[in-house]
Amino acid sequence: MSTSAEAATAFDAARRYRLHPQLALRTERFGALAYHYGNRRLTFLKSPQLTAIVESLGDHESVNAALDAHEVGAETRPALIGALARLYASEVIDVC
Amino acid sequence: MSADTASPELRNRFKHGLQAPICLTWEVTYGCNLACAHCLSSSGKRDPRELSTDECKSLIDQLAAMRVFYVNIGGGEPMVRRDFLTLVDHAVARKVGVKFSTNGALITPEAARRIASTDYLDVQISIDGATPETNDPVRGRGSYAMARRGMDRLAEAGFGPFKISVVMTRHNIPELDALEAIAQEYGAQLRITRLRPSGRGASVWDELHPTAVQQRELYEWLIVRPDVLTGDSFFHLSALGEPLPGLNLCGAGRVVCLVDPIGDVYACPFVLHDEFLAGNVRGPGGFAEVWRNSTLFAELREPQSAGACASCGLYDKCQGGCMAAKFFTGMPLDGPDPECVLGHGELELVKVGAGDRPAVPAGHSKRLRAG
Repeated sequence: MSTSAEAATAFDAARRYRLHPQLALRTERFGALAYHYGNRRLTFLKSPQLTAIVESLGDHESVNAALDAHEVGAETRPALIGALARLYASEVIDVC
Repeated sequence: MSADTASPELRNRFKHGLQAPICLTWEVTYGCNLACAHCLSSSGKRDPRELSTDECKSLIDQLAAMRVFYVNIGGGEPMVRRDFLTLVDHAVARKVGVKFSTNGALITPEAARRIASTDYLDVQISIDGATPETNDPVRGRGSYAMARRGMDRLAEAGFGPFKISVVMTRHNIPELDALEAIAQEYGAQLRITRLRPSGRGASVWDELHPTAVQQRELYEWLIVRPDVLTGDSFFHLSALGEPLPGLNLCGAGRVVCLVDPIGDVYACPFVLHDEFLAGNVRGPGGFAEVWRNSTLFAELREPQSAGACASCGLYDKCQGGCMAAKFFTGMPLDGPDPECVLGHGELELVKVGAGDRPAVPAGHSKRLRAG
């Protein structure tokens, strides 16, 4: 979808994000389920680490700072940034 | 709701169950003004044991505590309960979204306005054909006009995109485009689901279920329309090519379940039968106890055998199909779906005689008047 691609391009790890205000998160063993009350979409957060990062995004001045706080190393960082960009595209997280 | 497509790894995790259902159906009454030929719950008359308003509110509170994001409310006709809108308000105030299914009879202009002013509330109105000629023989005389009147009222009240819900039969598959056009006229979303041989559906399934040719037609129609909602109904068709959008697995007792009007919890909305009864919300520990600890759900969350389908290269795609469809047609649960797209189900159906089909409970059907 072009809209997702545009939003994903616009994702900037140097900025502050937070859980979308219309979103509810439920922790599960595999990660979490995220339900958006506005667009009624259900999204899967596919690891406990990603879930913890998403939950804490609003407490950090940038995505990079949140990743640092969770001790995310250089090897796994691109994959997590990619996952967060997709979550931004599907309105699970929101730019502050 | 629409969901991400789950990866095979994630799908395997789902099979072991979740903290709470993703999709919970709650039938709030067996009472109904209609007597559809294929009613999954054999509804008609209210049951004196139905949950009281307070019990319903308590169940909603439990669902909120378990973070169930929304419930699908059905029946019977849910709007015949006088406390229906009170229960909806109770749920949405606790951030348990509601989607309810109705035949539209009780959507008065006033009810439509109230529904339109409620957040987190989705409505789906059922028709089973694009014309009264196709719809009414299944849902009852006058039911098409009644449903369209309900839709008109929702539209007039400015509800926005409600859903039009259709059970696919061999008579309405040729009307797919016409059904889509009706939805477009209203700015509504089309939702189509699979006919199951459950409830009263057991006695009409043989004559109403789509033919093999129609199943392919349906798959091809759906695969180019990812926005048509299906409730993950047709995952057995994914064996025909690219998987259809959705979780593509039997979620019974794993990601879905059903609470019936008297509080009985079944593995899914299509198996109201003692064999798939997990417990009752009136028991100690309420709904959470049944969801987390029932013996039946524990069994369903164990790895399931592919049985006779193990040697089929397409098992990963169709997952052996629908448990309810197999059960009510008397077929082994670890064999092919009766509508297996490779035709294995049809062969199996010939082998199992009508005598192998489970007895269908009497249900709450109204007695037919003589003459």
